[in-house]
Amino acid sequence: MSRHIVALLTGIIFGLGLAVSGMINPEKVLGFLDIAGAWDPSLALVMGGAVGVTLLTFRRVLKLPKPLFGARFEIPTSASVDSPLLIGATIFGIGWGIAGYCPGPAIAALTIGSIEPIVFIAAFIAGNFLSVMLDRATAAGWRAAPQRG
Amino acid sequence: MENFTPITALAGGILIGISATLLLWLNGQIAGISGIFRGVLKMRSPDRAWRSLFLLGLVIGGGIWWHGFGPTFTPRTGFSLPLLVLAGLLVGFGSRIGNGCTSGHGVCGIGRTSGRSLASTMTFFSVALATTFVVRHVLGGAA
Repeated sequence: MSRHIVALLTGIIFGLGLAVSGMINPEKVLGFLDIAGAWDPSLALVMGGAVGVTLLTFRRVLKLPKPLFGARFEIPTSASVDSPLLIGATIFGIGWGIAGYCPGPAIAALTIGSIEPIVFIAAFIAGNFLSVMLDRATAAGWRAAPQRG
Repeated sequence: MENFTPITALAGGILIGISATLLLWLNGQIAGISGIFRGVLKMRSPDRAWRSLFLLGLVIGGGIWWHGFGPTFTPRTGFSLPLLVLAGLLVGFGSRIGNGCTSGHGVCGIGRTSGRSLASTMTFFSVALATTFVVRHVLGGAA
């Protein structure tokens, strides 16, 4: 129960942060990414503020034996900079740079009365499933190969 | 720089950092939106409830600001729908392959000084800057 309340409250704080900072406006995001236009540095301060806090707090939090309402910290274990990471970040960056939406702001903008966040999230879900299907197709091909011979 | 809003940008950023800190400290989870969303889409995910609640919180938080203190901007109109769909597909596809997005790698990953997340963040920022340049100044703009 506590974990559920924490999830809802932290989601609300996160959504407020995205809205207060103006990041739910894709034109503001593109205003940062478009350095050749009327440049708006706001996004740098949003990232700076957020990372400033996490850099201060995460190290201390992760020294604790476990989270307050959980058995353990669920932290990604992989440390290698591999090609899926960089290819994924590249594809993500292209999509982000085209429309100015990443997942968080699109979700936080769902009630502002624009069709854009809804269309974007539907496409985001489809993109996820395309990636899952690609995984299955390649894994199936890879597994099937030795049996043929 | 007439659109620069330093105070609300910094305040919003700090709120995001506080949210990520609380989720890690209290629940032990990373506030990576694309990863949390992926967990909701999985059929047999053991922790769909908290993930769904976090995403619902995002909607509520954004809504509180917009409907309580806004509208703070005019929602964009006339943006090419096919381009918007393409952008969503690429962001969904790319964030799954690369295991994270602006929040998971950018805010949380760098916060725990992960080299992997720093590499990811530098990559998607550079690519996004180049993409926006091409879309707006080479292809002549989508909107």
